[in-house]
Amino acid sequence: MARLLIDHDRCNRCGLCVDACPFAALTMEDEVIVGDGCQLCRICIEECPQGAMAIRGELEDKQDTSSYQGVMIVAETIGGRIHPVTYELIGKGSELAAAAKQEVSCLLIGHNLGTQAEKLLSYGLDWVYLCDHPALAHFRIEPYTACLAAAVDKAKPSTVLVGATPIGRSLAPRAAVRLRTGLTADCTMLEVRPDGELVQIRPAFGGNIMAQIVTRHHRPQMATVRYRVMEPARPGPPRGKVISLDLPDSQLASAIQVLEVTPKPQEESITDAKVIVAGGRGLKRKQDLELLRTLARSLGGQIASTRPLVEMGWVEHNRQIGLSGRTVRPQLLIACGISGAVQFAAGIGGCQTVVAINKDPQAPIFNVAHYGFVGDLYEIIPRLLTHLGKGGGIDALCQADL
Amino acid sequence: MIVHIVVCIKQVPETRDVAMDPEKGVLRRAEVAGKLNPFDLYALEAAVRIKEKLSGRVTAITMGPPQAEEVIRESFLMGADRGVLLSDPAFAGADTLATAFTLARGIGRLDSPDLIICGVQTTDGDTGQVGPGVAEFLGLPHVSYVRAIRKATREGLVMEQDLGDQVAVVSLPYPCLITVDKGIGQPRLPSFRRFLETKDYPVITWGYKELSGGDEVYFGLEGSPTQVERIFPPKVEREHVVFTDGDLARQLYQKLLELKFVG
Repeated sequence: MARLLIDHDRCNRCGLCVDACPFAALTMEDEVIVGDGCQLCRICIEECPQGAMAIRGELEDKQDTSSYQGVMIVAETIGGRIHPVTYELIGKGSELAAAAKQEVSCLLIGHNLGTQAEKLLSYGLDWVYLCDHPALAHFRIEPYTACLAAAVDKAKPSTVLVGATPIGRSLAPRAAVRLRTGLTADCTMLEVRPDGELVQIRPAFGGNIMAQIVTRHHRPQMATVRYRVMEPARPGPPRGKVISLDLPDSQLASAIQVLEVTPKPQEESITDAKVIVAGGRGLKRKQDLELLRTLARSLGGQIASTRPLVEMGWVEHNRQIGLSGRTVRPQLLIACGISGAVQFAAGIGGCQTVVAINKDPQAPIFNVAHYGFVGDLYEIIPRLLTHLGKGGGIDALCQADL
Repeated sequence: MIVHIVVCIKQVPETRDVAMDPEKGVLRRAEVAGKLNPFDLYALEAAVRIKEKLSGRVTAITMGPPQAEEVIRESFLMGADRGVLLSDPAFAGADTLATAFTLARGIGRLDSPDLIICGVQTTDGDTGQVGPGVAEFLGLPHVSYVRAIRKATREGLVMEQDLGDQVAVVSLPYPCLITVDKGIGQPRLPSFRRFLETKDYPVITWGYKELSGGDEVYFGLEGSPTQVERIFPPKVEREHVVFTDGDLARQLYQKLLELKFVG
């Protein structure tokens, strides 16, 4: 059985491990004692300046890992189109496969996806495994798991990458258990070692700590990968082939009945919004909010504001950001004509990326913004919208696929 | 006939505010008391609502060190009728597969549940992998990311499943497993009446002896296919760039492209 062991000769009894233990499992008596609460979390091992702690009793080789080669991407579809996370997985997967001089394949599950399978080939894939059947039209866990297990059985990939989306995070853990292999959630960085071992890095404790994880003795090495982190693959001349995988009817059965699928309405609350365009006193008239609304719409986001605009009755109170309003944590906040008083800044600490547009180079908003644009919002935003007209947000990404 | 519901819960650290000293590369963590994983409150709420409507029984189950009994007690205050703690030094260091295996073994010892409910994820691991893993080990269908239960009958559920950009309405008969998100309804507060009623409730504890057996076991670190090699502080890469000249609209567009907010 695996246990935490302490080398009492090396231990200088500094007590750092006792303080660090999140489970209060270590006590300092004449020497450090490991109690029942130990969860083998390794935090004390990291903490120990003497290198006196170690976990012993991990199992040795269980599986012949060398018979598994290459990278398999599990494609995701939304309404019969390829979800953009798929291209990001292909981008990363190709990089990992190239480093080990191995093949990269993709598994596509659904119904009437022949054209989409052909299209995927132009992203540098060697193989597209296609499970196409009316029973697979909607995501249902039992048949989808069967498809993934069958594809792994056929292709024997060393690595399987799945999008860390609600569907991927439901499918991947079930498949990993069926395959009796390791799965790392929400990876933000992936590297491959010369021996084919996948180094998986993910945030834990809400991003306060990064963990580096490997699946040493089991194959395939499975990981779900965050959306919008990896570089997407670019299309080129196709060279691979589509292979149909047919499953027996018994494996396509599901107890789940899908009654209805509808697109999700845009998030109603700014506290859940992924993108927020916020306006401040730099706006001259109430009508000008339309400019921000258009920008928000084209980025799939919502509008919000500072307190003065709410007090003037331009914006509803539930859209106010700041101390007397809401705290928001979108992936992107574009602050337009907002000076950035502390009362406002207090509400945006959790934003992943803050962009500020303001005429005044001295505006405090530039201290909290990641990207500041010193200029007139009335000049910048209309021209930005023209650019966006050509590109568009995630919807446009999907539509470009049709 | 009553509906038997099992809720999987976990004790997590009180705070996610564990930080690392970037210079020394060590963890700074003052106190870490345990609390019930916030998402599990929604799982318990969903279970108790079904129990109240259909008359049923709710069993809370957790794997953890002996002090994890606290979260079982907390589940009693919300309406759980019975609690099971899976605790053994052999279970320590489990990854999501070994955790799912252990929970599935524990649930397997209970008189066949109709419905198993898990929170969508925990606030310490954030993986959301254990629920689907338990379902697979038990050979039950599952639906993840349930944001509303539209109808609960003695035969099964009709629910809304969050698929990211879409919402599916699905029906599923028992026995099955679901993982629930916050939309499910505001969790009730622990009641003092329940405290008085339940303070003598026993917590059943099972260890390695009760759960082992069979050819295939995945307990603790040994039964975990994944290994944590190291932990380290995130790189603080707070970009700070101010653009003052040139075509600002174009530069902003380029930046949005680069950050993948447009494609």
